[in-house]
Amino acid sequence: MDNRELIPHLFRTEFRKITSVLCKIFGIDHIEIAEDIASETFLSALETWTFNGIPANPTAWLYNVAKNKAKTYLQRNHVFKNKIASQLKQSATEAYEIEIDLSDKNITDSQLQMLFAICHPSIPKEAQVGLALRILCGFGINEIADAFLTNKETINKRLFRAREKLRTEKVKIEFPGETEINKRLETVLTTIYLLFSEGYYSESQDTVLRTDLCVEAMRLTQLLIDNEQTNLPSVNALLSLMCFHASRFDARKNENGEIVLYQDQDESLWNAELITKGMFYLHRASYGNILSTYHLEASIAYWHTIKEDSHEKWENILQLYNQLLQVAYSPIAALNRTYVLSKANSKQEAIIEAEKLSLPDNHFYFTLLGELYTGIDNNKAKQNFQKALSLAKTQTDRNTIQKKIDTI
Amino acid sequence: MDEFALIMRHEDGKKVASPEQIQAWMKQTMDWIGGIAAQNKFVSGTGLPFDDAWVITTKNSKSIVTNGPFGEIKETIGGFIIVKADSVDEAVEFAKNCPVLQGEGNSMEVRKIARKD
Repeated sequence: MDNRELIPHLFRTEFRKITSVLCKIFGIDHIEIAEDIASETFLSALETWTFNGIPANPTAWLYNVAKNKAKTYLQRNHVFKNKIASQLKQSATEAYEIEIDLSDKNITDSQLQMLFAICHPSIPKEAQVGLALRILCGFGINEIADAFLTNKETINKRLFRAREKLRTEKVKIEFPGETEINKRLETVLTTIYLLFSEGYYSESQDTVLRTDLCVEAMRLTQLLIDNEQTNLPSVNALLSLMCFHASRFDARKNENGEIVLYQDQDESLWNAELITKGMFYLHRASYGNILSTYHLEASIAYWHTIKEDSHEKWENILQLYNQLLQVAYSPIAALNRTYVLSKANSKQEAIIEAEKLSLPDNHFYFTLLGELYTGIDNNKAKQNFQKALSLAKTQTDRNTIQKKIDTI
Repeated sequence: MDEFALIMRHEDGKKVASPEQIQAWMKQTMDWIGGIAAQNKFVSGTGLPFDDAWVITTKNSKSIVTNGPFGEIKETIGGFIIVKADSVDEAVEFAKNCPVLQGEGNSMEVRKIARKD
């Protein structure tokens, strides 16, 4: 790995660790100070390593510099020293003598606690994802803006408000209590899944960035699985789900960045390793008596890893969608269920059911109707695809629909 | 939007159906419920198996407990679901499609859930 690759790589892996550990010492009120010290550490690395070469152990070098910077900060900043250092959790007589624990255990614990702090129910979802990207995934403001297809200012404002909220709500960087963990975990999993979806469905043209988002979401889930208290069935189910989805990452877009529909995908591009991993975690998720939506979605995704059409496959997927919709309705699940109904039962039955779904603003709804009418009533199929075309928001979607119209 | 209970009644719960038939009914019922859920109109519901089914009546101020909802009472409740609907007509439309109605003599009952407020 040369210098150009090493720093971004280390930034991705070490920024969050340094920030989490420092923030835990300083308290959530001073989250920016922790972020700033972590950023400055990397700037120092860039300046020093460029001239002196890369040290033998770059990570240790970073930790050392971060520690010194934190100590210097505590010594120099009188306001901080008087007002905050006195409240520091560790009972150091002098603030600058404070021990900054960068052991593996403390790093892992701090990151997990930070995850729970960021995914606090009082913080808006979008802001949670933004904060998680910034602090736990080491994403720069530009990258976050790109992932959300918005500008730097918007992201900065969003993060600023989120940090304010952490302060005013006095969110603590700690593990929730035994009784609270399940409820809090729900929010954490939602945020991680959003993070994943952001990467998976993002319109951003930056493939590396989109893959990174997915990988980071999976890494955070792995962090929860490696921790005994949070190694719960729903967490395993979520990781399984993400593995199955990610296995199709390379197959679902062509070289022009256009979406390749499931039935047209080249299955040799599916990642077998991730499919096996998904099955492993789905198996590990199968205990206890809580059937989370992640279990259902992971099972649906599992059946999709079998390319071959069979009645068994579509019937199983249909029943899983029937169950999923009863506990968690979403328009996309309703549309998928109706498509699957056409496979498991018949197109005619699916058309009757599809006409009952009132989703007049959803272009996927009309794409589905077009799909179902194709071969049964091609005029109606065309009308529906035209309607979908007029509602589609992105060029990628319009291209996909236009192709459908052209083939009728 | 109001909530309605759709109650499935079997004419004779004792009638024995073949496993294949039961399987087919189950699938149809699950698809029926899935279809309502796909319209975001499903609230809750459950089947009511005949195991551990008892009937309690009073005779001369004494409770009499009899095994199962069968015997003198021919009609039994197989289950119910609660749906959201804009009108009772919509709830009736849901009920009309319930596969239980394929059985001769079976019926569906639509009842509005009393509002809590």
